[in-house]
Amino acid sequence: MDPGVKCGIVVFPGSNCDHDVYHVLGHVLEQETLFLWHQKTSLEGCELIVLPGGFSYGDYLRAGSMAAHSPIMAAVRRHAEAGGRVLGICNGFQMLLEAGLLPGAMRRNRDLRFLSVDVHLRVERDDLVYCSGYRRGEVLRMPIAHAEGNYVDTDEALDDLERSGQVVFRYVDSEGNLASGANLNGSKRSIAGVCSAEGNVLGLMPHPERCAEDLLGNGDGLALLAGAVQAGGGAELTAAVGG
Amino acid sequence: MTPDAKPFVARVLVYPRAEVLDPQGRAIEGALERIGFDGVQRIRAGKSFEVALRAASSTEASEAVDRMCRQLLANPIVEDYSVEWIRA
Repeated sequence: MDPGVKCGIVVFPGSNCDHDVYHVLGHVLEQETLFLWHQKTSLEGCELIVLPGGFSYGDYLRAGSMAAHSPIMAAVRRHAEAGGRVLGICNGFQMLLEAGLLPGAMRRNRDLRFLSVDVHLRVERDDLVYCSGYRRGEVLRMPIAHAEGNYVDTDEALDDLERSGQVVFRYVDSEGNLASGANLNGSKRSIAGVCSAEGNVLGLMPHPERCAEDLLGNGDGLALLAGAVQAGGGAELTAAVGG
Repeated sequence: MTPDAKPFVARVLVYPRAEVLDPQGRAIEGALERIGFDGVQRIRAGKSFEVALRAASSTEASEAVDRMCRQLLANPIVEDYSVEWIRA
């Protein structure tokens, strides 16, 4: 039995996917999991930090911009810089961008609508812990639910991102092909998820925690969270303890 | 802060950068056209902030507002900002 890792889910005012992530990590994957209130300054020894979805601070100013300056984010930054695992989902991804822990930024969706729909994603990396349960090129189905998921950066920055292999998920059609009709929010280069240069920080707009049980009709997201709680799985983990 | 700090008021304007798609601006452009305003070339939808602060000098005030813009009020990847002084 995989001993797993201690998981901490950061709760911000306005987080609303925190309990969904808790359910998957704590109940489905049976990991030691706790909530970390955003006012805390310690990660309490958690090795995987999840920034969950929701509308932190009402998405005032820009989505994720206030949360990026919450007291706990200094500890999250140290954890990430020491190689610890940080997973940002939806609003959590927006926070990682605003905090500068991942490159790029978000704009309003191309058609200005809040999108709540299942999309198809292509896995672009399978050498990250998060993707160890997937094959490169595999097509997943996951729900999205956001108004600001239109990923942008300068062309040069995007070229760098591609060159360094930091694009982890792209929006595709059900066959795995790039198509503007499959890229509903208008993200540059159909980017749905990116990782840090070292691969220990991952952010994505789709919600793996909402599709992690076959009983609920879709289990495609479970492998991502199962990968995230794998013990060992790279040098990044040993440096992270106590962050 | 020095005891002789003086009050300043800045107006910060934040706009999407020219090369970044501005879906809100585009939607407003379309709406203006539909209600009969011909000749509208472009709309950029931005935000404005009024920042009242106390600082020892105008240089200090201006540096403080600049830091606020870079750290929080604007996201330099997608937005440009400018500062006007209402009370300098």
